[in-house]
Amino acid sequence: MTDHPEDEILKRQRERARLMAWLLGAFVVLLFLITVAKIGLNK
Amino acid sequence: MTPSIAQPSLPADWRDLVALTKPRVMSLVVFTGLCGLLAAPVQLPAVLGFTAILCIALGAGAAGALNQWYEADLDAKMRRTANRPLPARRMERQTALHFGVGLGAFSVLLMGLATNYLAAGLLAVSILFYVLIYTVWLKRRTAQNIVIGGAAGAFPPLIGWVAATGRVDLLPALLFAIIFLWTPPHFWALSLFVRSDYANANVPMLPVVAGIQNTRLQILLYSVTVVIAGIAPYALGLTGIVYGISAAVLNTIFLVLAAAVFANRAEDPSGMKPERRLFAFSILYLFALFSAVVVDRWVTA
Repeated sequence: MTDHPEDEILKRQRERARLMAWLLGAFVVLLFLITVAKIGLNK
Repeated sequence: MTPSIAQPSLPADWRDLVALTKPRVMSLVVFTGLCGLLAAPVQLPAVLGFTAILCIALGAGAAGALNQWYEADLDAKMRRTANRPLPARRMERQTALHFGVGLGAFSVLLMGLATNYLAAGLLAVSILFYVLIYTVWLKRRTAQNIVIGGAAGAFPPLIGWVAATGRVDLLPALLFAIIFLWTPPHFWALSLFVRSDYANANVPMLPVVAGIQNTRLQILLYSVTVVIAGIAPYALGLTGIVYGISAAVLNTIFLVLAAAVFANRAEDPSGMKPERRLFAFSILYLFALFSAVVVDRWVTA
């Protein structure tokens, strides 16, 4: 931990926000691929 | 539960959220789920198969998080678990609860969307079974906690199979039975050499309640049922010779190690080499047996 707790809070919030953004992006890509695969199954 | 555990003021570190999902337990869940999926006679498109396994992993993670949310007080009393995020006070309990519920709901919905709703329903049942039946109801009340609770860990190969086929068949039901019957000897071997931990936490594990020798007898008896379930897929003609030979070899070793545990008279954990050996081999047993199901399918296909 750093000497200033506010800095540590901000650092963790930043890390979590960045991770969340990556996960949401991956989820969007996954949903797109699932949709394409489902369309392929129904042809 | 632990209303008395002081709450940290910092937001949880994402690594601690990952630790809540019990990643090491998840590896076996993912593997057996994958084997169920690969052994199925229907082949899913790769992305749907990947999503099914992802959902099984996330569902197991959710169950692990909710288990740790409920058991923070127990975990604090056991050396093996005292450094988990909640007992070590690195995270608020509320965070673990929200994370577990959110992850569980997400995994079930995504499974339904990507594969079918029978698989999603089974995933939901497995999460609820682990959290409500095992964690909340049985674990602190009866020495049979592992026997019945083991069903929760037996679901993945069944879910994998159902995700691919949309139906429950005899082979995945037998794979379910193998893990279900394997769980007691696996955990009782562990609980013999970490017995003081469970006793300190007042968890009624079999060695604490029924004694060491009785536990060793139970391990041997359950190992016999594991062997019967292990050979059943071949005996019933559901798998080929590759699986049959693998199961025969693995079953023999399992039984020999279980007999060594039964013959052991040591009371002190330092003399429990046979128990440690059985525990370590039991993990290898499950990996190898489930690999054999898949390899057998590929060879005979």
